[in-house]
Amino acid sequence: MNGVHDMGGMHGFGPVEYERDEPVFHEPWEGRVYALTRAMGAWRRWNIDASRHSRELIPPADYLRMSYYEKWHAGLIRLLIEHGLVTQAELESGKPASDSPKATPALSVEQAAAFTARGTFSRDVPATPRFAAGQRVRARNIHPTGHIRLPRYARGKLGTVDRNHGVFVFPDTNAHFQGENPQHLYSVRFAARELWGEQAAARDSVYIDMWDDYLERA
Amino acid sequence: MPEGPKALAWAPAPGHVVPIIRLESDPEFKKRLLADASAAISEFGYSGAQGEHMLVVENTPRIHNLVVCTLCSCYPWPVLGLPPVWYKSAPYRSRAVIDPRGVLREFGTELAEHVEVRVWDSTAELRYLVLPERPAGSENTSEEELAALVTRDAMVGVRKVTIEETGGG
Repeated sequence: MNGVHDMGGMHGFGPVEYERDEPVFHEPWEGRVYALTRAMGAWRRWNIDASRHSRELIPPADYLRMSYYEKWHAGLIRLLIEHGLVTQAELESGKPASDSPKATPALSVEQAAAFTARGTFSRDVPATPRFAAGQRVRARNIHPTGHIRLPRYARGKLGTVDRNHGVFVFPDTNAHFQGENPQHLYSVRFAARELWGEQAAARDSVYIDMWDDYLERA
Repeated sequence: MPEGPKALAWAPAPGHVVPIIRLESDPEFKKRLLADASAAISEFGYSGAQGEHMLVVENTPRIHNLVVCTLCSCYPWPVLGLPPVWYKSAPYRSRAVIDPRGVLREFGTELAEHVEVRVWDSTAELRYLVLPERPAGSENTSEEELAALVTRDAMVGVRKVTIEETGGG
């Protein structure tokens, strides 16, 4: 989706604000939201791509207003409701309905690290790479309304395959529970001037990880 | 090495990045690190979520690498901890790709015109780490002392490692 989360190249957000000796969490609730998100993700009702997409679906004005962990909280609530783990009524009352199922056995601290391990995202399946290192490619000019990891600033642009990372889960289908659709993933180098025109420095470049389905022959 | 569950080792601190600096005395390790960073770094006990597919990119006198995630906040948790607010913020995500030199200048990092800037936009599950250049004047500095100088910011690529006060991180 062409959401406000796809920020590469936008203007107007001002300078980068750096905080010295920044704490891991600024408020205790941020740590709770982080832990809740990790713990709920571990039940495998959704996947990392669906989780990212749930945050992309936050309305643009809210997305820009919210802090980082407010976005995580909003994204988690959407997933909990969509997947039937919590009802709107339960959220509003703050109490579980008497007939709502409980996680059994409850997750313990000792189990947490192993339980929340995500596994890998590469897949050992046969897939023929469509492109090779050194090959000129064009990022497809596509604008799906669902999840996509091809940034808008690169669509339609010419690049060169730098390397093949191997076969990886394809987020665009995985986020919508339409299968992992594993395919080759490449690092593609785009000259900064191809992306941004003459204002960019001649030697600079941006490397973007791109799946087979994002690319076409140049 | 920090104690505690490795998968949740999130407190970035000097010395947390020891694996990255043990390079000149151990060229075989450097080879392994550049070929398969996740495997090489796991030799030190660092692994887990957001570090399943790590990749190290090396700074040189001619190349400066900078890491961003324009679409969300992808970051190598097991090595650098959870990302700081600035890394996840709209200014950094929007500008790192279109104005990397301007962003670097705000961090006090001035690059000569002949230096090639490579920005890595973390759009997949690859997690990028910058291998900083050995600082000038560090010929007699031990690896332990160097490790203490390597900051989180240097491994994202927004600062260089310096012998003096490195600032932040």
